[in-house]
Order: sequence, then C-alpha cells, then structure tokens
Amino acid sequence: MSILIDNFDLFANGLLGTIRLCLLAAVGSLLLGGLIAAFRVSPLPPLRALGTGYVTVFRNMPLTVVMFLSAFGLPPLGVNEASFLNVPGLNFLIPQLGNNAFFRFALIAIVLYTSAFVCEALRAGINAVPTGQAEAARSLGLTFTQNLRNVVLPQAWKFAVVPIGSVIIAMIKNSAIAGSFGVAGDLMYTSDVLVSQEGLPLLPVFLGLSGGYLLLTIPLGLFLDAVERRRAATIR
Amino acid sequence: MRFKRMTAIAAVAVVAFGTASCAKKDEPAAPTSKFAAGTTMDRIAKAGKFNVGTKWDQPLFGLKGLAKAPEGFDVEIVKIIAAELGIKDDKVHYEETVSKVREDFISSGRVDMIVATYTINDARKEKISFAGPYYEAGQDILVAKDDTTITGPEIFKTDATKKVCSVTGSTPAKKIAEYATAPGQVVLFDVYTKCLDALKNKQVAAVTTDNVILMGYVSKEPDKFKVLGKPFTKEPYGIGVKKDDKVFRDWINDIIEKAFADGRYKAAWDKTVGAIAPMPKEIKVNRY
Repeated sequence: MSILIDNFDLFANGLLGTIRLCLLAAVGSLLLGGLIAAFRVSPLPPLRALGTGYVTVFRNMPLTVVMFLSAFGLPPLGVNEASFLNVPGLNFLIPQLGNNAFFRFALIAIVLYTSAFVCEALRAGINAVPTGQAEAARSLGLTFTQNLRNVVLPQAWKFAVVPIGSVIIAMIKNSAIAGSFGVAGDLMYTSDVLVSQEGLPLLPVFLGLSGGYLLLTIPLGLFLDAVERRRAATIR
Repeated sequence: MRFKRMTAIAAVAVVAFGTASCAKKDEPAAPTSKFAAGTTMDRIAKAGKFNVGTKWDQPLFGLKGLAKAPEGFDVEIVKIIAAELGIKDDKVHYEETVSKVREDFISSGRVDMIVATYTINDARKEKISFAGPYYEAGQDILVAKDDTTITGPEIFKTDATKKVCSVTGSTPAKKIAEYATAPGQVVLFDVYTKCLDALKNKQVAAVTTDNVILMGYVSKEPDKFKVLGKPFTKEPYGIGVKKDDKVFRDWINDIIEKAFADGRYKAAWDKTVGAIAPMPKEIKVNRY
C-alpha cells in the first residue's frame, strides 16, 4: 500500500497519459466509425464495398499487428512522422502529440482498430430503426445524407450508445499495449518503469495499475447504465 | 563427552566401511585428482562431470541452437576451465541460467559455476562470490553502418533531433536519459528488435544498451549496423561460484590470467566475438 502512496504522483501522471491518449482515440474512433458506418449503409455499391472491406480488415486483425504496421509500416510508405496529427493548439494540451511520433502512430492504430467496432455497433443501431422511418423520409424527398442525419442517425444513436460505450471501454483497456510501441508516460509504461527500473515488487504496482484503469472504466460503465435507464423510460 | 566419542568412532567406521566397499565394486582405477582434497576442483575432477550455467539466448557469448551445446565466448571460457580440471568437453553439462535464477542456481548447488554475461555487483556479492572479471562490458551505441555523425552519447546533448532508442524500464534507458535534452528524444519500446526496426526506418538515429547485446545484433546483420565501440559505463563480467569458496575462486582467477597470457583467451575471443569487436587489451581480475 505504501508503494502506491509513495509513487502516487507517478501513477497520477500515468493515468493522465492514458486519459489523454484515450480521449483523442475515442474522438477519432467515433468520427471514423461514423463515417465507415455511413459507407456501409450508403446506396452506392463502391462505398458499401469500401466500408465492408474496412471492417473485415481491421476487425479481424490483432491490435498488436495494427500497432506494428502503423509504427513501422507507415514510415516506409511515406508517412514518416505522421505530423498531420501534430495539430497546433491541441499539441499544447497534449504534449506527446507534438513531440512523440510513436504517440501519433499508436493513436492511428487504436483509431483504425476501434472504429471498425464503432461502425458495427452503430450499424446495428441503424438496423434497429424501423425501415418505415427511412422510407417515409425518402418519400418526403429527403436526400440520403439528410435522411441519415435528421431521421435515422438520431434514432439509431439511442440504440447504439450502450454498445458503443462497451467498445470505448474495451479501447481504454487496449490502450495498455501502446506502452510497448514507444508511447511513454501512460499507465502501463509507468508500471513497467516502477517494476523493472526501480525494482519495486510486481504485485502492488500492478494492483495500482489495475486501479488506474478501473478509475476510468467503471464510471464510464455507470454512465452507460444511467443512459440506458433514461432511454428505457422515454421509450415507455 | 562419552556420547561424542562414540559418534566419532561410528562415523569413522562408516567412512572406512563405505570407502572399502566402494573400492571393491568400482572400476580398477579409482578417480584421482591433482587437487588438494576437499576443494571444489577436487570434487569436480573426481566426479568427472562439470555442471555449468550459461546464457542460451545471447549471440556471441552463449547461444544454443537445436540439440547442441551452447556456443560463444562464455562457453569458450568454460572449456578453458574444464580443460584445467581435466574434464572433456562432452562431460561438461550446460544448464540455461536466465538472469533472475542465477544466484539461486549457484547457492542451491545445481551448477558448479556460472559464466553468463554476469555483471559483478555488491548486491549479488552478498549471495554468491565472483571470480574475474574476465571481460568488461559497458553501455554502447549502435548506429546504421554508414552513419558517421554519432560519435558518443554527448551527441544527444548537442543535437536534439537525433533520437535514441532503448527498452522501457532498463538501466541503459535510465542512463541515456541523462544525455537527452528534448522530450521524446529517447524512444522506448518493450524489446530491442523494435528499436532495430525503427533504426532501419530511420525513425531513430541510434539504439543503446550493453555492447554485448548490441554486438549480437550486429553479428546477425553486419552490413546494416555497427557498434561505436566506446562503452560509457562499466559492467565487469564475472564467473559466479558459491559464496566464500575462495579456493575455487582464486584458482579460476589464476587460470584467467594464465589463459590471457598464453593466448588461449585470444583464441577463444577470435573464435567468437573477434569478428565484431577488438579484444580487450588487458584484464584485471579482482581477488577479494
């Protein structure tokens, strides 16, 4: 226990590192996942094929492989530093975004991987919206984009929010392997340093590590439960 | 008093009876050795079997392929000592001693000695004793073969654009951080092979850890990498023996000095590490 208290600042820093990575990854995954879902339900066959292909590839590859391909496969393809993610302003809030290319590669990998799952959760939500809704909207003369944005997605979102939340919880836990791919300063990395460099015993450090992840995932789970209860109340 | 005498007599009787019966059953030539009775050398020479711990995964020092004895500089050192004991190469029994089991293997007597890129330090000296050092390793830097800009760790102080890679939580990672000036200049992965991938991609300019590990990687891809050959820390490699076995330790130290003087050390070096790194100019064993 004293180990956790003595190194509280290090754990807190690690937790902050994980929060920063996950916040960016969650936003990225939701945006990209939404786009891919739109592709998958679009009336244009090439876009549908693109969406299906994307999901097939990234949902079925282990995250470690995606990480590897991102960190060491993108540079030979010309994405040397992935500096397009070094967004001015944002890199002030999240310094690693500016000074660590491997943070950006890990972010890309997590987003690519997670958005496949977000897409499928969202698509399940879209399928749960009665077909009559989309047909009625179409008969009113709404275009595909208008239809999706104003009629289908707002309803689909309610069905999809809990599964998407589960995907994000899984993503937070998945982010632990980013520490093995050059992301310094997240929770997992901090524990690694405490154990192998400072020689602290493994068990208490990993208890602290687990506590850190639970601190992120349990409140998210409770929030999802609350959302679900509220939705159940409005539907009835 | 009386009791003590009786036990002593009984013990003598048992020993006498034991040796007598042994001499009867055993082969005509009873094992003899040139060493003083009761020493570790005597025990091993008489047993005719030598249990030794080495690394099995360290190229150039102790690397074991399928169904073969391990090979490397550490193994050559073992062979020199085994020959002095009068033990043939095929009577040397090798055990794999990974870093964290080494002290236990020595103190439990599972192996007679350990030659396994084993750094001498005070914490370890409390559990076991060391002969040697027979080699002084140290943290060094590996760069691309055609790189001439990196000359030592100081370059990372003056040129913050040069990134250097190591493994999370390792002592070399801590050491190189003292030289880094910019955030993100030290890149850390979980294994060195990722550092090498990053170096091939030019995502980092250098990889740093103990020169022995780096030389192992150079030996696999000598046309891609090179080691600077200027260690900036000291990691003296010793031969682990049972704690306070001073006779065995001193005897090994004599052999190391003799082998260095008469060329056996050089032959062992040339056969293994010689292609990658120059031989040490001198070795100073530490008799304590």
